[in-house]
Amino acid sequence: MLRYIARRIALALPALFGLVVLTFILSRVIPGDPAATLAGDSATPAQLADIRARYGLDRPIMEQAWVHMRQVLSGDLGNSIFSGRPVAEDIARRLPATLELTFVALLIATCLGIPLGLVAALNHNGPIDHLVRVLSVGGLAVASFWLAIMLQLQFSMEWDVLPLRGRMDVPLGMPARVTGFLLIDTLLAGRGDMFVDALRHLVLPGVTLALPGLATIARFTRSGVLEALQKDYVLYARAAGYGRFRLATIFVLRNAITVTVTQIGLLFGALISGAVAIEAVFDWPGLGTYAVQAILSADYKALLAVTLVVGVIYAVVNVLVDIAQAMIDPRVALQ
Amino acid sequence: MTALRHLMRDPVAAFGLLLVLFALFVAAFAPWLAPFPDDAFESNIMQRLRPPSREFLFGTDNLGRDIFSRVILGTRSALLVAVSVVLAAMMIGVPIGLLAGWRDGWVSEGLMRFTDVFLAVPQLILALALGQLLAPGIFTAMVALALTYWPFFARTVFAETRRLRGALFVDALAGIGAHPARILFLHVLPNAAPAVLVRATIGMGFTILTAAILGFLGVGATPPTPDWGLAVAEARQHLPDAWWFATFPGLAILFLVLGFNLLGDGLRDAADPRLRRSRH
Repeated sequence: MLRYIARRIALALPALFGLVVLTFILSRVIPGDPAATLAGDSATPAQLADIRARYGLDRPIMEQAWVHMRQVLSGDLGNSIFSGRPVAEDIARRLPATLELTFVALLIATCLGIPLGLVAALNHNGPIDHLVRVLSVGGLAVASFWLAIMLQLQFSMEWDVLPLRGRMDVPLGMPARVTGFLLIDTLLAGRGDMFVDALRHLVLPGVTLALPGLATIARFTRSGVLEALQKDYVLYARAAGYGRFRLATIFVLRNAITVTVTQIGLLFGALISGAVAIEAVFDWPGLGTYAVQAILSADYKALLAVTLVVGVIYAVVNVLVDIAQAMIDPRVALQ
Repeated sequence: MTALRHLMRDPVAAFGLLLVLFALFVAAFAPWLAPFPDDAFESNIMQRLRPPSREFLFGTDNLGRDIFSRVILGTRSALLVAVSVVLAAMMIGVPIGLLAGWRDGWVSEGLMRFTDVFLAVPQLILALALGQLLAPGIFTAMVALALTYWPFFARTVFAETRRLRGALFVDALAGIGAHPARILFLHVLPNAAPAVLVRATIGMGFTILTAAILGFLGVGATPPTPDWGLAVAEARQHLPDAWWFATFPGLAILFLVLGFNLLGDGLRDAADPRLRRSRH
């Protein structure tokens, strides 16, 4: 098992290395002359030379790549061209908002997706099965930003039952920042009213973000259960007189769930990038709105840092998923 | 042919095919089908934000343009973008997958690790970064989407090539002295075609959706192009009063992507006999 974990981590390293190289290439090659980008349109040649020297842009390209690599490894993602603040700080401040939203969405998707998939498989080709099938294909076809706006239109503007934007009502203020997760920080501060408010703000963006995940999880659970139902041990358990419910939950689901676990892990990465458009709609102060702001202000440093951070999260999660899968099903580690 | 017959017997997949064919028809004849084809670029401020009526089925937008016409005209660009992106991604991904699947050792390893790097970056974020760096616009968005989608083709073709490499007919071809390029492109590739087709169909839906997100975020199509994602973004300032402005372009995205996804699903089942049992 330890050998498997070590091998899995070793396999992820080239991809991470490649990611750093890729962001470096993007930052140096594509904007043409980064010094000109930094200096603006009205810079004199002397100013350009000064900027080149200050940022090391006059050095050989391999040396620049090496410096870039060392900076990234030490957590230095450079300063935002727009605000001048260290990008790493900006990202650290905004990451919890995105993670909280993603976790909530993943929770909704898992808690609804697994039972839906199970029920659909048990009613194979029945009306519930068809409904789940339509839902699981439809859920992946909806443009998330559009769904978000439609939900806002109905629940916030028309009926006024859920907040329109943001993480918290302004008059309530903010709890002391401990984790950056409002659901946790409000409880630590002992403020039930703020907790409820934060929860209310999470409903619409959480549901919107959860829908494609819900579709995927329901679908994989359904096919996993259908496959497991064909197995001999199910026949045995049925012959031994286990009821439908116990059969499904104890024998079938546990065996069918490995594929779903992989999918949940992969979804985490997909949801983080899916959050970009949803954050834009709900003014959610996370990585997504940061990326969009970076686009509007042509802040390529910030944008590449977001790419890098999300890529790293993605890679780490993939490794964790593989390890979790090997723990559930030891055959994976032995292949 | 059995695959096609199988597809037609699956009502859900047949519905998907119908949606796609309908969209292709609309796109092909868009300028003749749209009641106000000039509304692609012209504005009529006097009749702005009119609710749906018999004259304007989907209402009018903030510049008084007929939304029904613009949804029809937008079908063409949405499909054009998706087809170009998927074809470009195919042209990068398929040869890489073939080569990596055929060869052993460092060539294969190197190519697949290279593919992994692109898969390790969430597509939308990379597309945003590229879109920004190359000056935002629909062409940049297309380049970005193609550059982020080719790894899926490389993966698919790699797996298929590995599977087919040991097949008897490949051994026989090698035995009579066929050139590897000939074996790969004339014999292995046609056998991998069903998997590539499934991937391409699903990729169409995915690309339409991602292109719409890019348009919505302002790094895709630029005004006054009739683009669905862009229209939803413009509509936001006129909510909740002009609900029709945001609703109909989004529904168009939904139905077109739904069509491709249902079709892709059906094709996958039809192409993979092992899965056939599970549905019927």
